[in-house]
Amino acid sequence: MTVDMLGARIKRKEDPRFITGQGNYLDDIKLSGLTHASVLRSPYAHARIRSIDTSAAASMAGVIAIYTGRDFESVNPLPCAWQAGGVQNNANTPRVLAMDTVRWTGEGVALVVAESREQAADAAEAILVDYEPLPVVVDGEQALAVGAPQLHENAPRNVNMEWSCGDRDGTAKAIDSAEVVVRQRIINQRLIPNPMETRGAIGRYDPGTDEYTIWMTSQAPHVMRLLIGAFVLGVPEHKIRCISPDVGGGFGSKIFVYADMVLVAVAARRLGRPVKFVETRRENYQATTHGRDHITDLEVAGNRDGTITGFRVKTIANLGAYLSTIAPGIPTTLYGRMLSGPYTFPNIYCEVTGVYTNTAMVDAYRGAGRPEATYAVERAVDLFADEIGLDPAAVRRKNFIPPEAFPYSPVVLNGRAGQLSYDSGNYAPALDKALTAVDYYKLDAARAEARSRGKYLGVGISSYIEICGVAPSKWIGLPGEGWGAGLWESANIRVHLTGKVVVTTGSQSHGQGHETTMAQIVGHDLGISMDDVDVKHSDTLGTPFGYGTYGSRSAAVGGMAAHLAAEKIVEKGRKLAAHMLEASPADIEFVDGRYTVKGSPDKARTIQEVALAASVGYDLPAGMEPFLDETAYYDPPNCTYPFGTHVAIVEVDEETGVVELKRYVAVDDVGKKINPMIVDGQLHGGIVQGIGQALWEGAVYDDNGQLLTGSMLDYALPKASNLPLFELDETITPSPVNPLGVKGAGEAGTIGSAAAVVNAVIDALSPLGIRHLDMPLSAPKVWRAIHAKEARS
Amino acid sequence: MIPAAFAYDRPSSVTEALDLLARHQGDAKVLAGGQSLIPLLKLRLARPSRLIDIGRLGELRAIRDLGDGGFGIGALATYRDVLDSELATSRAALLALAIPDIADVQVRNRGTLAGAIAHADPASDMPAVVLALDATIVLRSRSGERVVFAASFFQGAFATDLAEDELLTEIRIPAQPAGAGMAYQHLEQPASGYSIVGVAAVVGRTGDSVTTGRIAITGVADVAYRARAVEAALVGTNGDAAAIAAAAAHAADGVTVAADIHADATYRAEMARVYTRRAIEAALAAGD
Repeated sequence: MTVDMLGARIKRKEDPRFITGQGNYLDDIKLSGLTHASVLRSPYAHARIRSIDTSAAASMAGVIAIYTGRDFESVNPLPCAWQAGGVQNNANTPRVLAMDTVRWTGEGVALVVAESREQAADAAEAILVDYEPLPVVVDGEQALAVGAPQLHENAPRNVNMEWSCGDRDGTAKAIDSAEVVVRQRIINQRLIPNPMETRGAIGRYDPGTDEYTIWMTSQAPHVMRLLIGAFVLGVPEHKIRCISPDVGGGFGSKIFVYADMVLVAVAARRLGRPVKFVETRRENYQATTHGRDHITDLEVAGNRDGTITGFRVKTIANLGAYLSTIAPGIPTTLYGRMLSGPYTFPNIYCEVTGVYTNTAMVDAYRGAGRPEATYAVERAVDLFADEIGLDPAAVRRKNFIPPEAFPYSPVVLNGRAGQLSYDSGNYAPALDKALTAVDYYKLDAARAEARSRGKYLGVGISSYIEICGVAPSKWIGLPGEGWGAGLWESANIRVHLTGKVVVTTGSQSHGQGHETTMAQIVGHDLGISMDDVDVKHSDTLGTPFGYGTYGSRSAAVGGMAAHLAAEKIVEKGRKLAAHMLEASPADIEFVDGRYTVKGSPDKARTIQEVALAASVGYDLPAGMEPFLDETAYYDPPNCTYPFGTHVAIVEVDEETGVVELKRYVAVDDVGKKINPMIVDGQLHGGIVQGIGQALWEGAVYDDNGQLLTGSMLDYALPKASNLPLFELDETITPSPVNPLGVKGAGEAGTIGSAAAVVNAVIDALSPLGIRHLDMPLSAPKVWRAIHAKEARS
Repeated sequence: MIPAAFAYDRPSSVTEALDLLARHQGDAKVLAGGQSLIPLLKLRLARPSRLIDIGRLGELRAIRDLGDGGFGIGALATYRDVLDSELATSRAALLALAIPDIADVQVRNRGTLAGAIAHADPASDMPAVVLALDATIVLRSRSGERVVFAASFFQGAFATDLAEDELLTEIRIPAQPAGAGMAYQHLEQPASGYSIVGVAAVVGRTGDSVTTGRIAITGVADVAYRARAVEAALVGTNGDAAAIAAAAAHAADGVTVAADIHADATYRAEMARVYTRRAIEAALAAGD
């Protein structure tokens, strides 16, 4: 029966469409008169543009128009919507095409519009650009050095912001007076997000109504409409319609405003024909945002009994050549504020310096700040445990926030607003479950057996916490956090005359399964089969405003809006049912989709019957408007804080340095689950991305700013054949923040997994005296470390 | 990922293909399974003005018994065809050991062994395999046919003895020494799956003495090579662990070891020795 659908492992409604090739992705869209665009991109990481000669290209077959930066002087640079809070930001954002100077390899220099994609690509190749190469810097720390090439006039030393959080003096005191201090530099390397579908955009302009339609592969079409309209084009938002069709993954990289979204719209208006642009994979690597790229010096201090008393972190965040849409918010609010992890560290201080380099822009990538924070915290705990010779699991237990301490407010989290606190948690059971699963205290025999085969076996723990359901507008909107807007979500529900339900939401699904989970919520609330609930999203014309899908927030915020709208439907239906049943609304009960009169279960109307009565509307209670149609806006009082412990077991081949992941146990607490199957899928994908960072992935630029990992031939994505079956378990600590008790699951896997794998490899190598290696733990790097130690001993 | 424009021919006979090759010498590339060439075209790293698609030449697809204990693999035989061929896998188990690690099912269903040989990617697995099997390569042009040893066919990175008017029509694998064991051991580059080091070994032992040792290595230098110093050091020994290790130590002798972002030369040379040792051990274990 329908009442049990909330919390059920239900196969996704959208999957038959995707699996059978019936999805409708951006590149599937064909429009009458459609033209195709190609972007010519800079082969230099830093150069002045002396001149551009488009004459040969313009005469090529099929070419309709060629534009350069000068043709878009009237178009504003792209906005940076989330600057670092409370501090000066030396913001520089890209123009839709470079004007005088290019600052990273892949920056757009010219746009060709042609009758076919092939003709556009051929013509782009025929454009002659005279570049004057300039000195290049690609490394965040080198960018700060005296004499480094400078990218922007308004950003001395290439600094775009200097931000801090926590207690500087208290932390200094704690470190200075501690029994033990461990210091380590750690690198959180640059990653390339790699959604299965590359990005793209189609612009169409209707001169009759003066309206733009922009199809886009966006995680946040409503926000794109706002930013493109208000900030880039100076067009009011009601004259722009943004549509995200089916979107094949994003991992954060599709949150942002990209030049091509604007270029296709403007070009469509100028040419009177729609214009389509679809990235090639190579362009996706070069010109779509990257993630992470931190250099961090950490200091962890404490007592020999395992108590950690101070944690100080100084991070250089390489944000690339310009600021992407929310780039400065990631290494500040979403990083520094999470540096307490699941622990009661009494003193924490974090300084972040954001820098410009001649590289692709860096912005949110799955986890966005929280994987970096978790990695710093969990490496620090292991380094500390190693230094004092205690079991890293015991050190974690010793420092966990105890369950009775919730709600708990770490000093770094609260910041200037003082409103947030970890909502609920009970961290030790997740750790215990994970340790039990791998027989953590009885691994000596396995270690010895591995040694007999020339392998080192290691076990690694990562106890993480994350901040999800990012919303409370009165927190995130404060100038101190820099976002400057709300993050509420909304949903509308209409119960049609036939009893079928359409939910429209401002959230956007690009793989998460909104069409299923929201149908489960609304179907449950209304007592209607989820087959009769259609969820529509991602078209600004037909859906209420929403800030979009990222930060594991769609269930905890968008889903709650749908839940509240359903409650409004139920309440309006109750009044109408009372009228139909000639009873008082106070005597009407609503169970399993039926309104009944208390004490007279035979007197009943189904919600479908009530919807029919509401729709035809000829017999309504006095003052009631026809139709069951309700909109709700939800702005939660707090974020949610999922947590868990991941444990990895690895074997390292002494002769080759190859790391083999033997087992992976993840015990996650994401609060209540709407659809555990979808949660499992999210966890699996997230875990793989963290493992990918730990072992294989990493964007590499050479000193000239050329991306050496410019394709899948050189950028090592994780492969199923290199992964064990994941062993998932759970604890469930419902969130008190929202009525459904959900927390969020989209990023948990990524946040927890990289540190677990690295800690396992370091544990494996600890007999050699190795205490840290930077990711990715590639075979040559591990081999070199092993043999450097063996040669010395 | 859009190729530059090219002319396209699809000959219906080998003769016609050879005519086209003769007419368009230097301007044309032969398209078989396309699994190496098409990606290069899409990246515009290769931009031939003409493709000669031999994909419909069924006469080149056969895997045939040569009657002398050897067999021939036609230019259009896919990896899947080879794996499915009892003739090929029973006479040269090395093929069945190495091919399943190539790319994925889709690539193995389309890609051809001969295509990989003609392409001569220095990190491809197949050059090492045919070298260790002591294969010969059949090259045909309008003026006739010649048969060359694999060892002289590979000349450098993406460079072979194949003339511009020639078509590689068959790879011939001779009868392998009775009782010899075979093995393929490789370290994959984590992104591409190509070999940082790949070692193919055909090793036979008679009584207490190693009598056959053919060791071929790919990925290490700019061209796959027979590790003659390893072979010389191995043959005649008793094939115990010390002898194998001593022989394997010569794996990178005399070659300029490649270096890239995935493996520097020191590591690659050491892995050549490690994987050579492992391949010899596995081959000896697999032999009669």
